[in-house]
Amino acid sequence: MRGLIEEDYTTKEGEFVINIGPQHPSTHGVLHLKVWLNGETIIKIQPHLGYIHRSIEKMSERLSYRNFIFATSRMDYLAAHINNEACALAVEKGLQIEATPRAKVVRTILSELTRLSSHQLWWASTGLDLGAVTPFFYAFREREAILDIMDETCGARLTQNYMVPGGLMNDIHPNFQKRTKEVLKQIKEKFKEYDDILTGNVIFINRTKGVGYLSKEDALSYGVTGPTARASGLSCDIRKWAPYSAYPSVDFEEILDTEGDSYSRYLIRMKEMKQSVSIIEQLIDNIPEGDFQEKTKNVIKLPKGEFYQRVETPRGELGVYIVSEGMSSPYRIKYRSPNFSNLSVLPTIAKGYKIGDLVAIMATIDLVIPDIDR
Amino acid sequence: MKSVILYSLSGFSTYIHNLLSSNIGNNLILLITELTIIGITLLISLVLLCFFLGWMERRVAAFMELRLGPNRVGPQGTLQIVADTVKLLFKEGLTPSKSDKFLFNLAPFIVVVAAMMAIAPLAFAKNFSIFDINIGVLYVSSVSSLSVLGVLMAGWSSYNKYSLLGAMRSGAQIVSYELSVGLSLIAIVVLSGNTSLGEIINSQQNGWWIFKGHIPAIIAFVIFIIASTAEINRAPFDLAEADQELTGGFNTEYSGMKFAMFLLAEYINLFVVSAMGATLFLGGWMPFHIGNWESFNQIMDYIPSFVWFMGKTFLIIFIIMWFRWTFPRLRVDQLLKLEWKYLLPISMINIILITLIAIMGWHF
Repeated sequence: MRGLIEEDYTTKEGEFVINIGPQHPSTHGVLHLKVWLNGETIIKIQPHLGYIHRSIEKMSERLSYRNFIFATSRMDYLAAHINNEACALAVEKGLQIEATPRAKVVRTILSELTRLSSHQLWWASTGLDLGAVTPFFYAFREREAILDIMDETCGARLTQNYMVPGGLMNDIHPNFQKRTKEVLKQIKEKFKEYDDILTGNVIFINRTKGVGYLSKEDALSYGVTGPTARASGLSCDIRKWAPYSAYPSVDFEEILDTEGDSYSRYLIRMKEMKQSVSIIEQLIDNIPEGDFQEKTKNVIKLPKGEFYQRVETPRGELGVYIVSEGMSSPYRIKYRSPNFSNLSVLPTIAKGYKIGDLVAIMATIDLVIPDIDR
Repeated sequence: MKSVILYSLSGFSTYIHNLLSSNIGNNLILLITELTIIGITLLISLVLLCFFLGWMERRVAAFMELRLGPNRVGPQGTLQIVADTVKLLFKEGLTPSKSDKFLFNLAPFIVVVAAMMAIAPLAFAKNFSIFDINIGVLYVSSVSSLSVLGVLMAGWSSYNKYSLLGAMRSGAQIVSYELSVGLSLIAIVVLSGNTSLGEIINSQQNGWWIFKGHIPAIIAFVIFIIASTAEINRAPFDLAEADQELTGGFNTEYSGMKFAMFLLAEYINLFVVSAMGATLFLGGWMPFHIGNWESFNQIMDYIPSFVWFMGKTFLIIFIIMWFRWTFPRLRVDQLLKLEWKYLLPISMINIILITLIAIMGWHF
């Protein structure tokens, strides 16, 4: 593996190496990109990982099936809820139980709220990366409202830790439905504002259109998933292909585009936000009454075997692979994180563009670094 | 016109001159004393101005971004920037070990001096400019282009690739946009037939050039605003700094007071270009008059000329701040394309139109 990454490259005349990261404003974390440049043009990129490795997978081997779920909140911290849900679903698969109908619907609503808040943060940072500071504050206004709902119902804003095998940890807050509807109303009004300040801006379109072209073939061979792949015309929405929780019962569109450039990736996410709003609207008035948690044993032991569950996070497909030896903690856990695969395509699609474009490409791939390293 | 003279600052400056000359016999010493007084006054007022601009920028940004901005230190947060400056004064000014120390330390001074020199011919009020040189327009445009030297020095001497990239971007950018700024300045020189800023203002007594020069003057004004924003390295043309790409560009390695001097220069430059825009296109300190509305015009005359000048300047400053906080940044090739493919050809055609207007006497 090491030989594969550290492929020898002799710097030619007129080229020089620049290290973007691990501390750099537009890598959004401790990603280190070694970039060979000729003037401003990118010749080659080498991502270096490992600056935020916390061995979450190894740690999980010592944790019980209830506890390891919460370690995943720290992977893709913008979609902590969805990570938790994936693990809970995997454990449920092993136990051969299903969450209660109420828990399923609430999980889906919270997942979509998470997706909304994550996409809003992505929108904010995309503007920031391209030099427009104001969108950041616009998006955070709505994101705060969503996080307040999370705070009220889950007890935490970012690392919700609300999922347990069999359902939810607690019942939803009495205000949950009312507040969610209020927030949705606010968000729907503000979509136009988002479009006014960034989507239609001629400088923004020039910066992103035709930049960082990702072909469908490349997306497929690099394992790119999520909105990044869907912008290249690759249908890969797990919510459609392998529906889980309450997704089979809701009506929504998988947004696809064929352009494959940064602007297309941008538009996909903007449209996905509207889809998320629509999904929540379908479910929010139809939360079934009943238990919020299926009865499980105090000490969960999964039968011997291998269990795999995949979910759609805001950044793509997250897979949880559990190998069980029949003990109270997993024998081995492997996460297939969307960001790792999405990052792997960066050197290919950024080649030949300018430094400014690299920032735009990284922004529209929407990388969350702790998810890459785990 | 009586009322305008009422608010002229020339009486004040004449009074000081008379006071000094009655006490100091030697002409040379008198000159030196007067120059020192002007220099110190200028320095203090420029620093105060930059404090105000810094505060204004933060408040304008906050206004655009649904925030409050600094509002704790002093009334409405006006002293926040003073506190920040004091902090910067006490910070250690690091010099990278492999840098070219002489150039590294010289660069901020060159940038600031170039910015301050451009203040000289500006008329802040009626009959109140430091040095109304007869080639004022030429002087300002040439002196303000000196700052690129400082930026290049800073980028080169920092021994940092980000800085170097920033400096190279800045060099290409300032050299290119100089052309458009120059051509839009020439538009007014052609219309007024004068290069002295005082004379240009006087030629706008019966109407500002932006109104008198038909559409070409408006085009020249818009090009001037765009190109001068690029020339002073402000967003959306702040490629030389580009925090998100180059982590600060040419000033990456600067800290403490040396860094503050780049900020100081940026704000002085902002003021200079806005003041130039106000002087050339919006009539400098000339009050706003409408045709034959005698009573309205008289009320306008009662507003001091200094207020008129500052009002117009700050209007332009506000516009420049406005689009700094709204637009994304251009890419380096798009920046050059904008200048060479759009702004320059448009300004060239515009110059022909303006010349035609001036020769035929079509302007009002």
